[in-house]
Amino acid sequence: MAGNEWTLEFPYRRSVGPIVGEFLTALRKGELKGARTASGRVIVPALEYDPETGEPVEELVAVADHGTVTSFAWIAEPKRHQPLDRPFAFAHIRLEGADTDLFHLVDAGSEEAMSIGMAVEASWRDERDGSITDIAAFVPTGDA
Amino acid sequence: MSLQDIAIVAWAEAPREQPEGTTDSALLIPIISEALEAVGLSRRDVGFWCSGSADYLTGAPFAFVGQLEATGAWPPINESHVEMDGAWALYEAWVRLHHGDIDVACVYAAGRPSAAGDMGEVLGVQLDPYYLQPLWPDHIALAALQADAFMRRTNTNERVLAEVVAAARTVASGDANAVVDGSTDVDELLRAPTVAGPLRAHDAPTFTDGAATIVLATADKAAELTDNPVWIRGIDHRIDAHYPTMRDLSRVHSASVAAEAAGVANAPIELAELSAGFSHQVPMLIEALGLDDNCAVNQSGGSIVADPMMVTGLVRIARAAQAITTGAKKRTLAHAASGPALQQNLVCVLEGGQ
Repeated sequence: MAGNEWTLEFPYRRSVGPIVGEFLTALRKGELKGARTASGRVIVPALEYDPETGEPVEELVAVADHGTVTSFAWIAEPKRHQPLDRPFAFAHIRLEGADTDLFHLVDAGSEEAMSIGMAVEASWRDERDGSITDIAAFVPTGDA
Repeated sequence: MSLQDIAIVAWAEAPREQPEGTTDSALLIPIISEALEAVGLSRRDVGFWCSGSADYLTGAPFAFVGQLEATGAWPPINESHVEMDGAWALYEAWVRLHHGDIDVACVYAAGRPSAAGDMGEVLGVQLDPYYLQPLWPDHIALAALQADAFMRRTNTNERVLAEVVAAARTVASGDANAVVDGSTDVDELLRAPTVAGPLRAHDAPTFTDGAATIVLATADKAAELTDNPVWIRGIDHRIDAHYPTMRDLSRVHSASVAAEAAGVANAPIELAELSAGFSHQVPMLIEALGLDDNCAVNQSGGSIVADPMMVTGLVRIARAAQAITTGAKKRTLAHAASGPALQQNLVCVLEGGQ
């Protein structure tokens, strides 16, 4: 060994399922999709199985990249690793066309700017790699 | 499988104050001896061992294997491990005793958050790796969204949360394993800043190091070992969807299902020991489990004042059993939880008598 530094590696390859895979691929293109269940609900983010029945979902459908905040928790002092180094909100966001909420963050500047029902839209990164962080944050509609 | 009666016959908890650099085994060896000796058993009498712990706390794969030093694993023993709170190890031991070929099982759990670094980061890696973990919400942020959902549905205000914390700290003052170093004044608590949504730092669990063990026996064996068996009348565990918005976050549905399966409603519960690490989870669980106003809750303060991670649920079972052997209560409930925002819940109903 050349030095005392070494890296512990777990050299596994993970493969996502067909539904999650298509959801992540859509993110890379700057699009959001939901999974339509047998009962007709559109769940976002897309899961392989209907969380209520355990049945496979039927197909992916496009949903909007904007919606409304249904719940939020203001984070006054972001922690290491969290996506923003300034105060932000973790939030549940009901995208237009979806029947469930997406968990993500809202970058609104101040807690006073946050409210339930506020309209937000995705702020997409320019460089995307097919991950949930391809959306840098949701921002108040009109601010993107 | 015919369900025979299984009893808790002994238990022990490690003192919170431990020498620096102690190991899981060092925490476990004396308490396993203490519990077994209390009913005249030796390690050789144990037909099945089952443990609960998380390798993420120790930071090494298969760290739980090292804990087997505490069992005396030669000659070979029958043992199993769950990467969960020790309450789930107790569930496995309860199932194992129903096989009928052994009569004594010993359950143990150890956890040392002090060795693990930032618990928000450790708990972050239990989240699904595609949709949640990359955003690094910690346990407090996820609980804050749960608190928001519960408080808006039930018109609960932050004063109620502060009252839960004040009550927990007040009853915990006589408990050597509790960490009580803050105010019990509700107004003073409310002056603290919020850290995530409606939650303040004192609304979150106080992680501590700890270890506990419980000895189980079949009915005939229990009668030999003790005049004071505590019967497991019902035990069940259920899980909700992992992604927080795929369930009604304002309720603890899986706890309600587990409570029904464990027979909670068959007779009044006099004491409930709840693994509610966050203040808002106390009223949520009281509602979900269908407990009434006559039921005492967390007589030693619960996880808000001492949350020995991976051990808390097993401690709740021990405390609920203790209330029966002291003669204070006849029918008690212990609850354990796992996952973000009470995703998974275990309910155990205990009764005294022969």
